[in-house]
Amino acid sequence: MIKKPPGKGLMAFFADIIRWNLSGGIVYQLYLCVLAAFMVLGVYAYFIQINLGLSATNMSDIVSWGFYISNFTFLVGVAAAAVMIILPAYIFKDKDLHKVVIIGEVVAIGALVMCLMFVFVDLGSPLKAWHMMPIIGIFNWPSSLLTWDVIVLNGYLALNLMVPAYIVYCHYNHRKPDERKYRPLIFISIFWAFAIHLVTAFLYEGLPARPFWNNPLMGPRFLASAFAAGPALIIMVLVIINFTTTFKIEAQVFNKLRRIIVVSAIINLIMLFSEIFKEFYLPTHHSLPAVFLYFGLDGHNSLVPWIWTAISMNLLGTLTLAVNPGRNNPKVLFPACILLFLGVWIEKGIGLIVPGLVPSPLGEVVDYAPSWVEVSVTLGILALGVFVVTMLIRPALIIEERFGVEQGT
Amino acid sequence: MNSRKNKDCRKQKKNTPLQDKPFGRREFLKGAVKAAALGSAAMVSGCGTGLLGSSEEDSLRWKEYFKKHYRLMTQEEKDETVRRLERLARLRRGVDIQMSSKGPIERILFGYAFNLTRCEGFMECVAACVKENNLDRKSNTQYIRIFEMEHGEMSPASGNSKYFHEVPVEDHFYMGVQCFHCEKAPCVKACPTQATYREPDGIVVVDYDWCIGCRYCIAACPYYGRRFNWNEPYVPVNEITKKQHYLGNRMRTKGQMEKCTFCVQRTREGRLPACVEACPTGARVFGNLLDPKSEIRYVLKNKKVFRFKEELGTDAKYWYFID
Repeated sequence: MIKKPPGKGLMAFFADIIRWNLSGGIVYQLYLCVLAAFMVLGVYAYFIQINLGLSATNMSDIVSWGFYISNFTFLVGVAAAAVMIILPAYIFKDKDLHKVVIIGEVVAIGALVMCLMFVFVDLGSPLKAWHMMPIIGIFNWPSSLLTWDVIVLNGYLALNLMVPAYIVYCHYNHRKPDERKYRPLIFISIFWAFAIHLVTAFLYEGLPARPFWNNPLMGPRFLASAFAAGPALIIMVLVIINFTTTFKIEAQVFNKLRRIIVVSAIINLIMLFSEIFKEFYLPTHHSLPAVFLYFGLDGHNSLVPWIWTAISMNLLGTLTLAVNPGRNNPKVLFPACILLFLGVWIEKGIGLIVPGLVPSPLGEVVDYAPSWVEVSVTLGILALGVFVVTMLIRPALIIEERFGVEQGT
Repeated sequence: MNSRKNKDCRKQKKNTPLQDKPFGRREFLKGAVKAAALGSAAMVSGCGTGLLGSSEEDSLRWKEYFKKHYRLMTQEEKDETVRRLERLARLRRGVDIQMSSKGPIERILFGYAFNLTRCEGFMECVAACVKENNLDRKSNTQYIRIFEMEHGEMSPASGNSKYFHEVPVEDHFYMGVQCFHCEKAPCVKACPTQATYREPDGIVVVDYDWCIGCRYCIAACPYYGRRFNWNEPYVPVNEITKKQHYLGNRMRTKGQMEKCTFCVQRTREGRLPACVEACPTGARVFGNLLDPKSEIRYVLKNKKVFRFKEELGTDAKYWYFID
């Protein structure tokens, strides 16, 4: 029997993480440089926004939420979708998915970091964000849904940090994690995942002022689209890991994720059809936002190409994944997942936020497209998210792989 | 009473411009805790000079940054912040303003009625409102919107708010829209920091300095009653209305929400809102809903009144009527 090497402390753990993250081939270094460049661009654009105020964006009193909140809304779904791996892996003890559960959790962490950043850059007075903190500020809970969102997002981030950190740290020290310690947190995080997306949906759903949002299907549809787009992103990450690292992912994993996506995407399309039917069978004044979105209103049709692109991508992606012509071949899965992911991104992002605000409550119709500042800040935040995911996944996979070998012997 | 008290304060101020207490250790610690909570965000956003507190202006701004929500302030703290803001207006804009922190008067609930028959769309109210409330001239912010509508329609959505022709136009009528000061205001419910709230006299106000600028209230408002400072608002110094109220027409800065306050700086002194005073046709009625002898009560009792989007159940304190 091979003697296990002795465990190392927390300091060595962090030192190793940094070391592993910095070491890599020229391609990896270039990749980090590209991410850094986008982040610098984002910071630069944000400084301009700080100086000029939010007038640096193309938002207005009518379109008062734009590209930032659109991305935020979509990414909440991506974060919530980790539950689609956590649930089978920990509760149903699915061995295949258990191997990749850490990747799902890390993607959720990255998505949550981006969510919180998007909300922050959207604030008009970011320096006063402490006004919202309990004790030193005023936290208008339970009245304001925004405070609920703050709780669920931060709570979910904490849960998704704690469990994997504990497990990986135990593996790093060559011992098996104590399941009794983290199992309760897993259960909480499963409910919490549904909560983050439902609460975010309620944020919009609860506003009678906005007929397009004031729709009880919003919450369920958020979940369905999230459980399609989130695992689609995870498949994309897995394919990349499969090609670029020694960590090999079995075809079974892709197949299981694909099934989850197909079921969710089909439910999402059924609900989309139901919504479209309601809006257009007997159109009322409350259908005007939908008219604006799908066909344009009073000559304002900036969203029309986007939403039809989104629906086409959704249909094509779902169909490809359902028929599965490549038999779980990553070369077919990858583009299909990109299609579905981008389709939901448009639809649950800008296609959801802007029509909620246009026409205005007094009937004015305006067009909206993000300004270069908004686009740059967004790119910066997305790069940050990818960076966070990379920095967490690399060491985690090294440790997991090493631990797997140890267990195998 | 209150305004005189403020004047006295100002007089003292002139003699000893720095008569504020020197920065106490306790306050400093309190500040330091909050600063720590903020982390590096303060540094990032370039208020570095403010953190050093090198000049009088920086010191005042520093104290302003850490002040409480207006509703939680004692009268003494309200007086202090008002004094600081008056001094800052002097230092930054070179104007002497008089700011009030006068509270609501008992047994007053403000209400508003708009006479659709009388309004002829002159927009004198809009101009008066812009002037009185120090609204941003750069982005052309206006609290009041007047919609020109054809007979047979009863929704601003079918009207035109951007008319530039001689009024009144044959076969048209005019409908003014502003904040309706709802009793069950969706914006108040939505605000994550309680920066916007309803005063006991029925005015829905914004504590500008407490607002974080998330704009959830705009999304929640069914009447387009709120305006956001997308840029740093600008008012020419000689056009600044100097009689101000903390919750009313004082200068805002970028990133803050604002809205009609029924001219709190005037109405709490027993005067009429600027729009009512400016209206040349007498289409605007304002008064105390709790006073049975008030004009607003007369209108509610004797005219056929209705409210805009009544079905939303916001219990707005703003009615329309037809002669």
